[in-house]
Amino acid sequence: MNNKPWESVGLTREEYDKILEILGREPNNLELNMYGVMWSEHCSYKNSRALFKHFPTSNERVLQGPGENAGIIDIGDNKAIAMKIESHNHPSAVEPYQGAATGVGGIIRDIFAMGARPIALLNSLRFGEIEDDAHMRYLFSGVVSGIGGYGNCIGIPTVGGEVYFNKCYKGNPLVNAMCIGVIEHDKIHRGTAAGVGNLVMYVGASTGRDGIGGASFASVELTEETAVKKSAVQVGDPFMEKLLLEACLELLDTDYVVGIQDLGAAGLTSACSEMASRGNSGMVIDVSLVPRREEGMLPVEVMISESQERMLLVIKKGAEEKVKKIFDKWGLHSAVIGKVTDDGMLTIMENGKIVGRVPAKSLADEAPKYYREYEKPEYIDKKRALSIDKLKEVNDLNEVLFKMISSTNLCSREWVYNQYDYQVRTNTVITPGSDAAVIRIDETNKAIAATTDCNSRYCYLNPRRGARIAVAEAARNIVVTGGKPLAITDGLNFGNPEKPDRFWQFRESILGISEACRKFNIPVVSGNVSFYNETPENAIYPTPIIGMIGLIDDLDKVMTMEFKEEGDIIVLLGSTKEEIGASEYLKVIHGLELGEVPEIDLDLEKRLQDLCVELIDKKLIKSAHDLSEGGLALALSECLAKSNLGAEISVDTDLREDIYLFSESQSRILVSLDTNNVDKLKELCNRYEIPFTVLGRTIKDKLSIKINGDLVIDVKVEDITDKLRSVLPCIMG
Amino acid sequence: MKFGVVVFPGSNCDIDCYKVLSNVLKKDVDYVWHDTENIEKYDVIILPGGFSYGDYLRCGAIARFSKIMDSVVKHANKGKLVIGICNGFQILTEVGLLPGALIRNNNLKFICKTVPIRVENNTTPFTLNCEKGQVINIPIAHGEGNYFIDEEGLAQLEKNNQIVFRYCSEEGLIDEKSNPNGSVKNIAGICNKAGNVLGMMPHPERASELLLGNEDGLILFKSIIDYLERGHFE
Repeated sequence: MNNKPWESVGLTREEYDKILEILGREPNNLELNMYGVMWSEHCSYKNSRALFKHFPTSNERVLQGPGENAGIIDIGDNKAIAMKIESHNHPSAVEPYQGAATGVGGIIRDIFAMGARPIALLNSLRFGEIEDDAHMRYLFSGVVSGIGGYGNCIGIPTVGGEVYFNKCYKGNPLVNAMCIGVIEHDKIHRGTAAGVGNLVMYVGASTGRDGIGGASFASVELTEETAVKKSAVQVGDPFMEKLLLEACLELLDTDYVVGIQDLGAAGLTSACSEMASRGNSGMVIDVSLVPRREEGMLPVEVMISESQERMLLVIKKGAEEKVKKIFDKWGLHSAVIGKVTDDGMLTIMENGKIVGRVPAKSLADEAPKYYREYEKPEYIDKKRALSIDKLKEVNDLNEVLFKMISSTNLCSREWVYNQYDYQVRTNTVITPGSDAAVIRIDETNKAIAATTDCNSRYCYLNPRRGARIAVAEAARNIVVTGGKPLAITDGLNFGNPEKPDRFWQFRESILGISEACRKFNIPVVSGNVSFYNETPENAIYPTPIIGMIGLIDDLDKVMTMEFKEEGDIIVLLGSTKEEIGASEYLKVIHGLELGEVPEIDLDLEKRLQDLCVELIDKKLIKSAHDLSEGGLALALSECLAKSNLGAEISVDTDLREDIYLFSESQSRILVSLDTNNVDKLKELCNRYEIPFTVLGRTIKDKLSIKINGDLVIDVKVEDITDKLRSVLPCIMG
Repeated sequence: MKFGVVVFPGSNCDIDCYKVLSNVLKKDVDYVWHDTENIEKYDVIILPGGFSYGDYLRCGAIARFSKIMDSVVKHANKGKLVIGICNGFQILTEVGLLPGALIRNNNLKFICKTVPIRVENNTTPFTLNCEKGQVINIPIAHGEGNYFIDEEGLAQLEKNNQIVFRYCSEEGLIDEKSNPNGSVKNIAGICNKAGNVLGMMPHPERASELLLGNEDGLILFKSIIDYLERGHFE
């Protein structure tokens, strides 16, 4: 062994000393590697755990909070929803198709490991600018194909998501995948190893050398040197996963299973040590019994391989033949590789001979916990300053509108989601391209609304506020489809936590999420942290992605965003302020990414959402759409493009015309309704103390907007639709 | 009247077909596992969409060798009804019940969207409730739905009135712009010469409930039901 053995596994001298203390001796190579992967940030959350205490993680509906394969939230009728988001950023940066595909595969396994039937996938993607960058287009295209390739084949609809482009992601794209499953309360399984003498069983694909060290790879900055580590990226086989999914769900309907866990990051090392740790037990396994796809694999390779589509089971002693029969039916490997003990140790054998032995808890739970230093970055105060008076006036607002809807961040995502099978299983009530997706729950009259949201420019300029807005906006997206927000899974993507300015961004974001969650009583039930998203040139904008689900308790109350009939009244709920800082308008039209992020008053937001819920409940409105990037002008364009109707708008305002149209003030919802219901709507707005503006009405095929009597926008809806749709196909060819 | 929905290990639209028949149309329907040999009790066999055996080779190329396919061929040769949707269509061409082949979409991408198709032949058991030339909106979701057949085969199809659906514009025009995947002559679905075996790439089962946006696909299932109830064409 060399004289700095810790370096080869990505640990520090201090961490190595801690291992010596735990073992009372030098670890051998296998043991050291197991500590290396388990104590990586990716597996141990050593830099982030200390802050998680801020999150609200329980309420009367939470059946499983963070710490398991997935979180679970009650939806009544003895049914519950399992949900989890996970990043696969670094693998996707070097091998976009497989990186994204295996990200999807991994998150699906987390859901069915709980015993839940996966019913929907979402994602949240970030890339560098694609217009003039062929490599970035290759990454974008590959990631989208990979997500589709996996989800389409396994037959789980990809119903929603988001994709944004910004130069900060040039060297470090983000690929976060989220999965939702449905489960009955009494069928919930956990990743635990209990009952001395119970058997440890390995099922699914065989083990190869792919993905070795993936967890460690995810826990360093991306450089030229790490980018050649393609072997750290796994290869996905969605057909195998489909078999594994069906076999596992069939098995979990029996009472043979004590515990089940996905073999994900850090492979067998992680599954064995975590299951034993949760069960306060020990485990002994023999690596020679593990089905393999390559000859001559060393114990360490078997233990840390991240080959895909594998699960680890703890089953009742004596049930092994029955379990094997189920996996035989689906044509899958199954092998008893060890048993549960009560000594608290994870013992690794090869052909009956002990090759490694360490306390299971020391791997799973005793990684060092760091309280990183944090410091407000210098850029914050500089970049927040913005003088609106100095912004050059724009003349032709029609042209500005077209430029806005032709920008990569605001145009239609059809090019993306038309590559995803979003309908399979015939439960997708609201398809991609809306505020939130809506998925019917079989055997009930209920549906789940789901969304992923984060405006990372907001989080860059004001992470606390940006994170609050991410939660508020996700909830608003749920509410406008008729749902009541239930729970969050968060995908926290940040730079290197060892740098105080990056850690400040992380800490502020956590606090912002926590504040909003508490205000809205929405618990965080699961999540993922991805640090080190930076290259030697720059770090990504802080990107805390909020994956949220909500419950629609009556299918009859599903609400959509498009205008429904000519002659309906269009109303804006909420007020529009001079809030153009950090906006898409500034970026697209003025080339600026600065200014103060729009204010968010969480009390007002809550009242607005409650108002929207009541308007939908009482069937007073015909459409509802959240306002976000691009403000009112974009929201109107989107409603029109979806409905093939036009709108005639006339408003008075003290704001500059461009600012009125593109302000990104929060807590606003665009609704349309029958003339006869306007008085009732006004009455409710007053009761909830929500300001509103009657904007105009729906007409045939054009959008005209008068501000203070001047016609500033006058365009054909057909042109809006064409522009929105043609951007990505044109760029991507 | 009994329907059987065949389940290969990688089928994923089996549930969707089952739900339409059972929940929406209240008909008697079973899932039939791919190693089943006796399927005599079924009047209609549905080969659903999905990725029967992963389809890493050629779609449907392995499924055709599964045990049930011999029985499906016999079932078809007796004149009983078979409908293959998406992957099911691919399997039917692989097993030789239908001519031609389905190759990769001409844009090389998976495509999921709802498209208009025109009923070209309303004399099959699957389309007898349709008008000839009727346009219905049905979702497609495939990576390999580009129908190919040589000229001689195409002439046969046309001569025997075997082209059942073509991709078209909203107004019913058959043009290049309305062809989503490059299929020869915009072909979206064909039947065998006898008319009792239908293969189509679009998914009628996905367009069978208003809640999901569209129920244009029900007309196919209702045609089948009417045909079986009457036992013959009118």
